[in-house]
Amino acid sequence: MPDQLVTMRNVEKTFHRGSEDIRVLSGLDLAIESGEFLALMGPSGSGKSTLLNLLAGLDRPSGGTITVGGQRIDSLSRRELAHWRARHVGFVFQFYNLMPVLSAERNVELPLLLTSLSRAERKSHVANALQIVGLEHRAKHTPRTLSGGEQQRVGIARAIVTDPTLILADEPTGDLDRKTGDGILDLLQALNGEHGKTIVMVTHDPHAAKRASRHLYMVDGQVSTEMAA
Amino acid sequence: MRFALLILSNFKRHKTRTLLTVLSILVAFVLFVYLAAIRHAFEMGISVAGANRLIVRNRITLIQPLPQSYEAQIEQIDGVANATQATWFGGIYQDNKRPFGQIAVEPEEFLDVYPEYVIPAEGKANWLKTRTGAIAGRKLADALGWKVGDKIPIQATYMTPKTGGNTWTFDLVAIQDGATPEVDTSSFFFRHDYLDENRLRGEGLTGWYYIKLKDPKHAEDVVKRVDEKFANSPYETKTETEKAFIKGFAEQMGNIGAIVTAILTAVFFTILLVAGNTMAQAVRERINELGVLKAIGFTDTQMLLLVLAESLLIAGVGGALGLALGILFVSSGDPTNGALPIFLFPPDALILGIVFVIALGLITGAMPAIQAMRLNAVDALRRE
Repeated sequence: MPDQLVTMRNVEKTFHRGSEDIRVLSGLDLAIESGEFLALMGPSGSGKSTLLNLLAGLDRPSGGTITVGGQRIDSLSRRELAHWRARHVGFVFQFYNLMPVLSAERNVELPLLLTSLSRAERKSHVANALQIVGLEHRAKHTPRTLSGGEQQRVGIARAIVTDPTLILADEPTGDLDRKTGDGILDLLQALNGEHGKTIVMVTHDPHAAKRASRHLYMVDGQVSTEMAA
Repeated sequence: MRFALLILSNFKRHKTRTLLTVLSILVAFVLFVYLAAIRHAFEMGISVAGANRLIVRNRITLIQPLPQSYEAQIEQIDGVANATQATWFGGIYQDNKRPFGQIAVEPEEFLDVYPEYVIPAEGKANWLKTRTGAIAGRKLADALGWKVGDKIPIQATYMTPKTGGNTWTFDLVAIQDGATPEVDTSSFFFRHDYLDENRLRGEGLTGWYYIKLKDPKHAEDVVKRVDEKFANSPYETKTETEKAFIKGFAEQMGNIGAIVTAILTAVFFTILLVAGNTMAQAVRERINELGVLKAIGFTDTQMLLLVLAESLLIAGVGGALGLALGILFVSSGDPTNGALPIFLFPPDALILGIVFVIALGLITGAMPAIQAMRLNAVDALRRE
């Protein structure tokens, strides 16, 4: 029986805008197993990104509990959450979000600066991550000289370089053409299948969602449909 | 150290802007060095002034003379170890491109009152036996290329000689050094008896008196005794410590310290705005990137320190270069060609300069750093 990696129970999230309260998630329950590739779908405003932010420890729920790898993260302080993110979460962003002034390898190295690894060890980890995404030959290039697909591969290398518990991808193919996007989805699938990485991907694209092992469809802050691929 | 590259890489973003900010800080610190040297030049005379010396001048103004007969009377006053007269000559040397002070003194007494004015024994002996003898400070002699044995012709402006014309010729018998680097070596001294014998007017009169005290603790009593002695005479006196005299002389041009402080305040306030604006812009432009750093696990404190390190680096580079260049310029000499005889950057001002550099870095980085620290990663990631 697979391990349960993430457990969200009765999670609520309400944003306050002036005197108005906007409830984005209400009483959400969710379990994610280790090694799953989960696609989160749903219309804009359905709460996908909020859910992703809560899973990432970037935000805290207004109510309910979130447990990742046996640790409650909903009650951690900002500082504790930052340390937790550095150890357990790898992010893949829609617009890659690379540092334009740093080379690909320096971008990939960023999360490792927060570890106690030596320079040589960091270098070795970076080379390994770039090799996994097939970009070892572009290590010295800055984002400006890389294509969109290559930039997203660098983003993925940055997300996996610390060997995180969870990879969270927010519309990872949203800024790419179909062919390039397929390459990125191939890579995510390989990370899930070959390297056993647990991935949660937010996407609007049903074509991208097909690559996941499970789909959740969200409406009005609730999981409305759940299906295995 | 592991974050050094991340900090340094940010300077690649807007090279011109960074360069201009560094240059503006550099200029501010060059100016700081110059103003510190100018202030020091004015204050040095005061701080090296002998605590055991008084100056007696005409009560009305410094340019009004006193009778030479006062010397013997002053020496009779309780607490006075020695008194010696001096007169401002006010002549012009050649084209007057490098003006300098010429003062008639009584050599033996003068050197007794001013032991920090050092001349070789042979030079002193020659001065005592040569009526036309004069000594020049090392800085002055070097600047004008004088050497012992030279004849120095000086044009009188009001001390017309009896012999006609207006040229006084002196024999340079010694070069005067200072016992410490702060002692003035930019003046010219010649014998008062030579002046007395050859001047057309002013017989029996002198400019002022230097008093050497037996005990500096009794300065106040001696001041009172001297001024009381000559009260209600045609030549009433004003006696003060040498420090007070020099300070008063310097303040004829205004409160130099206050002027320098005002200029520096204006300069640093401007630089604060320039560098502060650069740092604020630098952070504003990369809110999204800072959000990414937070998302991958940088803590609030690390964000604060990253931005502060960046602003400290800008201030540090500009400030260090400015201080170094300023010190280099100041060490090349007095830019006024002699008006500021003691022109050097005081070592304690270097510490103040370093404090200013650090303060500039911290103050300009504080607001952006706090902004980066408080940044909400979710909001920051939404920004493009």
